[in-house]
Amino acid sequence: MDHRSPVERILRALALIAIVVFFMFPIFWIVLMSLQTNETILRSPPSMSFVPTLKNYAAIISGELDSNAGTMSIHFMNNLLNSILLSVFSVALALLLGVPAAYAFARHKFRGSEDIAFTLLSFRFAPPLLVLLPLTLYFQALGLANTYLGLVWVYQLICLPLILWIVRGYFEDISPDIEHAYRIAGHGWFATFKKIALPLAGPGIAAAGLLAFIFAWNNFVFALVLASADKQPVTVGALAFVTASGIQYGQIAAAIVMSIAPTLLLALWAQRYLVEGLSLGAVKG
Amino acid sequence: MSRIELKKLVKRFKDTEVLSGIDLDVPEGSTLVLFGPSGAGKTVLLRCIAGAVEQDDGEVLIGEEDVTDVLPEHRGIGMAFQNFALFPHMDAFDNIASPLTACGKTADQIRAGVDTVAKLLKIDHVLSHTPKALSNGQKQRTALARALVSRPKVLLLDDPLRNVDAKLRFEMRLELPRLLADQGATVIYVTQDYREAMALGDRIAVLDGGRIIQNGTPEEIYRRPATINIAKLFGDPTINLLDVVPQSDASGVYATLSDRRIQLDPGLSGNVGRECVLGLRPEALSFTTANDGVPVTIEAETPFNEKAVTLVTTLRKREILVSRPAETPAPTSGTAHITIDPSDAVLFDRQTGIRLDPNGTTHTAEKAA
Repeated sequence: MDHRSPVERILRALALIAIVVFFMFPIFWIVLMSLQTNETILRSPPSMSFVPTLKNYAAIISGELDSNAGTMSIHFMNNLLNSILLSVFSVALALLLGVPAAYAFARHKFRGSEDIAFTLLSFRFAPPLLVLLPLTLYFQALGLANTYLGLVWVYQLICLPLILWIVRGYFEDISPDIEHAYRIAGHGWFATFKKIALPLAGPGIAAAGLLAFIFAWNNFVFALVLASADKQPVTVGALAFVTASGIQYGQIAAAIVMSIAPTLLLALWAQRYLVEGLSLGAVKG
Repeated sequence: MSRIELKKLVKRFKDTEVLSGIDLDVPEGSTLVLFGPSGAGKTVLLRCIAGAVEQDDGEVLIGEEDVTDVLPEHRGIGMAFQNFALFPHMDAFDNIASPLTACGKTADQIRAGVDTVAKLLKIDHVLSHTPKALSNGQKQRTALARALVSRPKVLLLDDPLRNVDAKLRFEMRLELPRLLADQGATVIYVTQDYREAMALGDRIAVLDGGRIIQNGTPEEIYRRPATINIAKLFGDPTINLLDVVPQSDASGVYATLSDRRIQLDPGLSGNVGRECVLGLRPEALSFTTANDGVPVTIEAETPFNEKAVTLVTTLRKREILVSRPAETPAPTSGTAHITIDPSDAVLFDRQTGIRLDPNGTTHTAEKAA
């Protein structure tokens, strides 16, 4: 039922358009840039009329970067694969560890539970550069430097606290009575966790997983220090576009479009899992 | 086989003692109503029995067996929660079926079991709905069906009618006794509604401040309440409470109301001169045409369906409620006289609020029978 007047509706529509334009314009501009050559990008004044070209994408995918000084090879597709591997495995591991931990923190108040949870959160407070130097030394000693395992491990500093704290809140929102009811009906605690707690916290787990994925994907400094060229994700790999012979704006734009595409698609796909209100109508009072 | 016994049950949250040494015995197949105000510890007590909350001290015995270390899923209990606690992501059928799936029944057995109980509770037409799509009454019946479906020997019902509308509550109050009797289970029923308590309980245990103040039949609780508080909680209109000081002379022990004597049980002679409160049920009072009754002024009359309640004041402006069956004649204004049936009078100590018994000793909270 819409009780708003036409004027109000028009104003609301205008406000929404303004917001969408404000947030979407940079992405739109990047997409436009990725379809132009360096020359058309840099002309002054800038113009919206140009002949679109897929040259930039072709160069990125083939790994052959044309510049004024000649051809050089880059590993952007390799970087993209690294980003996907690192983010997926980091989030998977963080969910595997974080969701049960979040459940434990939400349901069982044991001695020191708050302290442990807070310590985990505090990993997010420390500037990454502070831990990187000792971490690099340790990793070299342990042979973890420049390995996927080592990077996935370090990425837990980003993913685990995020998932733990978000999912914990969702578990706490589930009425304990619902779980008690399932236990009393004759199901063990693990069945209760699997059949009641997990599905009801599902939207929260999806949201936390998505956020953790984005944070992991966007991470720069850990991979910069701890990984060499063949293990680096796109965030670090993009540095290769800044060459001695100039900055390849068109190719950077194409690379950006390709590197935001996976997270964007994931977010769109996960949207349906983010719908809330699943627990409405469960309890009363 | 399924007798429930609690022995010196203690539960603390932080430093507050929520249950302080509860002793209770519910014989097999009987219904005990746990009655008490909010925060009395009723729900915590039920959860201790169900195993959802662990007691700090004392024992819970189900069928002579100490279940203190038995996990909730192995206690064989059916429980309905005050807030229904339905599983929101399952439809009503799966909700009701959950106790059956736990014990590895076949799909046919589950279907048959759910259908039977759903028909009994008249919710067979909404089995495919999720809890969100159910009305409050249907939710409550679904929760009840889930508790009943596996025919548990022990049923714990935590104020199941609390969140349903008045009409449905009235219907269920009539239906439940038969339903519970058919189950043959040992039932503990929690409620804050004295009518439910009187209608459903073989016995009523009154819980307040973490202790059982009185445990008796509904009749006992109503006619011989252990404390003033219990007297006030049971009965509508509420009991008349009058400050009196019993006196005695050659004719016996008596209290006075507007210079008229109310003869008390001679056994109360030990309380002569003590500051007391006299409890008189409104239905123990009646109007009289004779002039030797207590003179009162009629203030207002409230008609109920089956009875009429008149508020009157005595010469000293003490307010008294008089109840009589509806459609019986009574003066409607001005002054009138009332007589008092002293056999229903209860005397309490004004200081402690505890009932004074005719045998001369003050009453102490009755032990679990």
